[in-house]
Amino acid sequence: MNRFDTNRMEAIVSHEEQLRDTVSAGGFSGDRIFRMITLGFALSIILILLLITIGMAVESIPALKQFGWRFITGANWDAVQGRFGALPYIWGSIVSSLLAIVAATPLAVGTALFITEIAPKKLGGAIASLVELLAAIPSVIYGLWGILVMIPWLQQTVEPFLVDHFGFLPFFRGAPYGVGMLAAVMIIMIMIIPIITSITKEVLLTVPVSQKEAAVALGATTWETIRMAVLPYGRSGILGAVVLGLGRAIGETMAVTMVIGNTPQISLSLLDPAYTMPSVIANEFAEASSNLHSSALMEIGLILLVMTLLINITARFLIWGVARQGAAGGRI
Amino acid sequence: MTNKITIENLNVYFSATHAIKNVSLDVPQNRVTAIIGPSGCGKSTLLRSINRMHDMIPSARVTGSIILDDTDIYGRSSNPVLIRRRVGMVFQKPNPFPAMSIHDNVIAGYKLSGRLNRGDADEIVESSLKRVALWDEVKDRLKTSAMNLSGGQQQRLCIARTIAVKPDVILMDEPASALDPLSTLKIEELIEELKDKYTIVIVTHNMQQAARVSDITAFFYLGELIETGGTRKMFTNPEKKQTEDYITGRFG
Repeated sequence: MNRFDTNRMEAIVSHEEQLRDTVSAGGFSGDRIFRMITLGFALSIILILLLITIGMAVESIPALKQFGWRFITGANWDAVQGRFGALPYIWGSIVSSLLAIVAATPLAVGTALFITEIAPKKLGGAIASLVELLAAIPSVIYGLWGILVMIPWLQQTVEPFLVDHFGFLPFFRGAPYGVGMLAAVMIIMIMIIPIITSITKEVLLTVPVSQKEAAVALGATTWETIRMAVLPYGRSGILGAVVLGLGRAIGETMAVTMVIGNTPQISLSLLDPAYTMPSVIANEFAEASSNLHSSALMEIGLILLVMTLLINITARFLIWGVARQGAAGGRI
Repeated sequence: MTNKITIENLNVYFSATHAIKNVSLDVPQNRVTAIIGPSGCGKSTLLRSINRMHDMIPSARVTGSIILDDTDIYGRSSNPVLIRRRVGMVFQKPNPFPAMSIHDNVIAGYKLSGRLNRGDADEIVESSLKRVALWDEVKDRLKTSAMNLSGGQQQRLCIARTIAVKPDVILMDEPASALDPLSTLKIEELIEELKDKYTIVIVTHNMQQAARVSDITAFFYLGELIETGGTRKMFTNPEKKQTEDYITGRFG
């Protein structure tokens, strides 16, 4: 590079610097600071998640070392003897959440369909507001209602009926206590219906009129239009709604603790009392006497955390996959 | 020339808006009837009356009668679902079902009419796609998503879906307005071919298109039928001054 070129380079560089200075002297520097601040906030969320996970993992180490895989496969939970197997809690959480989701999904999707596709606008709006009000009721109120109203009804009416007519099935054996898996499933179901309904409703509102018209013009009835145009278009969003419901179901603590009976056992019968992971943490943490006991509860918390994370990640992937397909559908 | 559809004293209201004002119009069988007029003149509203699409809108009210063959489609005993199987409709923007394959899109409406075995389905799909000149372009990918087709192909698919139901009448609401010129030409050729089997009513804001494809033209303005007649006469020697002003481009 000869001297002339070097001079020219310097001239260009200095010009660029000048330009940059002018730019940063204006509104742009504020933008950069704003960007840094918001980035910081966004990163802090990830940091909090990391810190929680690491903290739980560290606290779980004594239990992890002591029991290894037996912690997950063992069914014996005895704080006095210092033996901790978490299987009954894992079982209780999974069974109660899955059954609640299975029961809640048709109800919630049906309600959302009624609100968006069938009801006159005013009635639909009124029902939608009521459903959202359900979501605002504190968990403990559901629990109280469960104990005072639902459980006596289950115990005196529903469960004797089930035993009499379906007692030959392993799912409806035993004494009608009222408290138990069935009560938990029902209370969780009621609690997750609002969230699934609201999100499904929002999803259904995005179905283009042109899609419904296409079905109607082919001679489809209202139900056929829903099956042909509305549900397929909204399926990824509905799946997302259901998974969010599952996430809430598995973490639901207060109301479940109040109605499930809190007995660590694995039984096929829905009438038997059971126990869930959040419930055992809530019930035992304050009185955990030994390090090992609190470490075992921490490990249950860790399992719960990992499970909910996995559920959400799986769901995201599912939704992305279906959404890509659907996104192609939006184009012409 | 027999009349397929007879519209008598038709009025359509949306809440307080009077969108179609006392319109009477005959639609002859196996002909293409074009409805033209400036935006907002009620062209689409009239078209949608013919297969009771206004039933979807709670605020819409229809009076008067539309006779299809011998039945009043607004008569007390008429069933809108069955009417729509006899009167198919193609929309402005192609609207195939995105979650369905090409094959399933074509058969979607036909399936509604009742039992259907696999052999029948394949035959109907093939004949419908051949009818819209799409078969050769898609026969190797019938199981793939309909969304991979171009806009023009999608619109022909929608026409195939409509004729698979075996209607008597096909309503077309500006079927080429979202398409490029070449695809538009294909749709126009298709309309020409379809009229030997079907009665076609087409709404268009493109007067050249109306002149090219239709046998009869009806000119609407502000919800009223101003004039109707043979297309050639309407475009060369209309009776009303309003019609002449519109087709010569003086307003609209």
